[in-house]
Amino acid sequence: MERLKSINEFETLRERLVTDRDPNIPTIVIPAGTCGQASGANDLIRVTKRELLNKKWVDKIHLRITGCNGFCQMEPSVLIEPKRTFYPKVSPKDMIRIVDALANNQVLEDLLYVDPGTGSPIEKQEAIPFFKRQVRTILSRNEKIDPIRITHYIENGGYSAMVKMLTLGKPEWVLEEVKTSGLRGRGGAGFTTGLKWEMLARQPNGHGKALVCNADEGDPGAYMDRSVLEGNPHSIIEGMIIGAYGTGASEGVFYVRNEYPLAIKHLLIALRQARELGVLGERILGTDFSFEIGLVRGAGAFVCGEETALMRSIEGKMGEPCQRPPFPVQKGIDGKPTVINNVETWANIPVIIGSGAEEFAKIGTKRNAGTKIFSLVGKIKNTGLIEVPMGMTIKEIVDEIGGGPATDAKLKAVQTGGPSGGCIPTSLFDLGIDYESLTQVGSIMGSGGLIVMDEKTCMVDVAKYFMNFLKEESCGKCFTCRKGTQRMHEILDDITTGRGTLESLDLLEELATAVKDTTLCGLGQTAPNPVLSTLRYFRNEYLEHIIHRRCPGGVCKELITYSINENCTGCQVCLRNCTVEAITGKKKEIHVIDPTQCIKCGACRSVCKFNAVDVI
Amino acid sequence: MTHIGNRRDRMVTLSINGLEVSAEEGATLLEVSEFYGFPIPTLCHMEGLSPYGACRLCVVEIGEGPKAKLVSSCTYPAEEGLRVRTASSRVIRARKMILELLLASCPQSKKIQDLASAYEVQQQRFRQEYENCILCGLCTRMCEEQMMAKAIGFRGRGEKRSIGTPFNMQSDVCRLCGACMYVCPACQLRCTYTEPEKAICGGCSNLSPPCLEQEKFDDMMCFMAPCVACEIKKD
Repeated sequence: MERLKSINEFETLRERLVTDRDPNIPTIVIPAGTCGQASGANDLIRVTKRELLNKKWVDKIHLRITGCNGFCQMEPSVLIEPKRTFYPKVSPKDMIRIVDALANNQVLEDLLYVDPGTGSPIEKQEAIPFFKRQVRTILSRNEKIDPIRITHYIENGGYSAMVKMLTLGKPEWVLEEVKTSGLRGRGGAGFTTGLKWEMLARQPNGHGKALVCNADEGDPGAYMDRSVLEGNPHSIIEGMIIGAYGTGASEGVFYVRNEYPLAIKHLLIALRQARELGVLGERILGTDFSFEIGLVRGAGAFVCGEETALMRSIEGKMGEPCQRPPFPVQKGIDGKPTVINNVETWANIPVIIGSGAEEFAKIGTKRNAGTKIFSLVGKIKNTGLIEVPMGMTIKEIVDEIGGGPATDAKLKAVQTGGPSGGCIPTSLFDLGIDYESLTQVGSIMGSGGLIVMDEKTCMVDVAKYFMNFLKEESCGKCFTCRKGTQRMHEILDDITTGRGTLESLDLLEELATAVKDTTLCGLGQTAPNPVLSTLRYFRNEYLEHIIHRRCPGGVCKELITYSINENCTGCQVCLRNCTVEAITGKKKEIHVIDPTQCIKCGACRSVCKFNAVDVI
Repeated sequence: MTHIGNRRDRMVTLSINGLEVSAEEGATLLEVSEFYGFPIPTLCHMEGLSPYGACRLCVVEIGEGPKAKLVSSCTYPAEEGLRVRTASSRVIRARKMILELLLASCPQSKKIQDLASAYEVQQQRFRQEYENCILCGLCTRMCEEQMMAKAIGFRGRGEKRSIGTPFNMQSDVCRLCGACMYVCPACQLRCTYTEPEKAICGGCSNLSPPCLEQEKFDDMMCFMAPCVACEIKKD
């Protein structure tokens, strides 16, 4: 593609792209992010391509391969445009039928999504409860764009925010817009982005200034940044270009963890295409403004998501946080003033500049403008990535988008903010999610993980799991974080194995408070949150473990016994499935579990169709 | 005074334990406090080495009301109008917990024992461990900044973090100066060569070669190769 030399040439290109495309040609959209590919989207793509070629329908039906649409549970899924028919969990055989049906302009009723609540099929994607309540300003663009084609992005209004800014030619206007929008950092701490940029703009431009996109998403079970990186890399690049223009930065860095190969691939392709087209690099679109972006791969340390550790990692040093002040905006990478923003923050920038700060500020609440992407997982019916306006209550998210509990077991809590977040009990489910409200109840926004837990989850075990993660992922520099997380894990392990005492519970609380107080970085200061929040809302469960040596969730192996109740029909399924032959009993007679033999694997309980296996 | 941040020859006014003091901008709170006679305990700080902030013993309280927080005084720069408390109840409580954690891991260190007794820490409630290293990083900084060798450094992260040479192999740049052992606050085998009367441990003269009993270099604070003790026994 030829390099564009002026803003006019860009406008001509966009007009040509828009007019060349006929929106009425049916298009098969297959989301093939890492999640889609893992569940078989590549097979669907292959089948579709073969069908279209064999039947010579290439001009009649188009195929678009995009990033994740958010409903990861239903993947591999297919969306038909312009009718917006949504087919979940499509097999390669069904794919052939879908292509044929599309050629005849039909809808396959039997393959449609079935609402688990009402049992009736739903055709349009927007009508599905999972999508209905969402406000998808960022995620909705994923399905319109093939991430490896810059033309798709431009056709859908991409880089027009940048052009708008270049035409206006006022960096102060950019800062003012971002400030007016009220956008706050989506990485978790929620610092006002506009203020941060303004500080950078005010710094003397000695050896240049730098912008960083923090794409070191390390929370277990969280993948919102990945889906944006994979599905719409140009939106982040555009956001950074706008940021550079506003703040006077001359270089940018993507810090992406190496565990995201597809994201890195798409980013590299996007950067190359942007450079070739002249929207990135020297003299962007013929103006005097130049900006270059590089990519650094992280080795996968959780702590490198912390901004000072991230900068050290980019410099090639060991990923360890260091003292702030001096803040990165004063003294960052190689001494240059640096602004670090999360992927989602950057992706919001073109939206703000493109449609106006006032428009953006209308979404969400007063102090928390805009939308936030959460990865909603756990014991609910619908799981996946959701984008909701700030201030939506946990209840709405869990019941309406998530579809309520997945099984008969009642919900107990929701864990937010990743490993260093906290657990929020059902009694607080009317809480509107924003930065302040979550901090108030002892949790954090974090990068946006939402794990829903039900009665069959043991809160002590949850705290232990996260502490185990943190003791391995702490950088180890601060003595209190390194040893503190190890010792907290040790005490929690004692409690879950029946060796806990009431004194150790006091010690745990004392230690957690000390770790929170005395560590250097955000990781250490939030590391005790899983312990403190579960102690605050689920102290009873801790006491139950310690005093009665019982696990109410039925999780902690040392504290539970399996037994068979009178529901047993003597079908012998459990007996055959027991790997240690701990179950005895004749056909059509109630079976018995030998507690001395039982290894508490739970196999009998999961195969029993009559609810006859009890856990006490 | 070592300076962190940009050195500017400006003075700032701050209050330490209610006393209005002035200090050079960029000096650390630890230096300023010690200068004005408020001692702060520390294990990982040494004049002449860059501040690191690993042991957290030197925490002090800054700020007011709900925004008050603890920061490590060895790394935090003196700022205009800062209100510092070096021995508030919150600080003392935190230090006691740190000392208890230290005692639980490194009970044999004289320095830690002395500090614990000064802070009246009389018990430790965790499972007792016997580690030789608290990973304060004095040795690595000594090696890099004063001896210009960079023979040893940190490896790994979290609970697997340790100090040693790359791949546990004998270092080409180590000059056997022994400075790493000299600065170690936890080391029990402080090397004074073969003068037992001066020695703290006298390991090389009195004990069997320590390296032979343990996995080579592992857990040991000694990176001397060949080990003096080993050499003597060989003769």
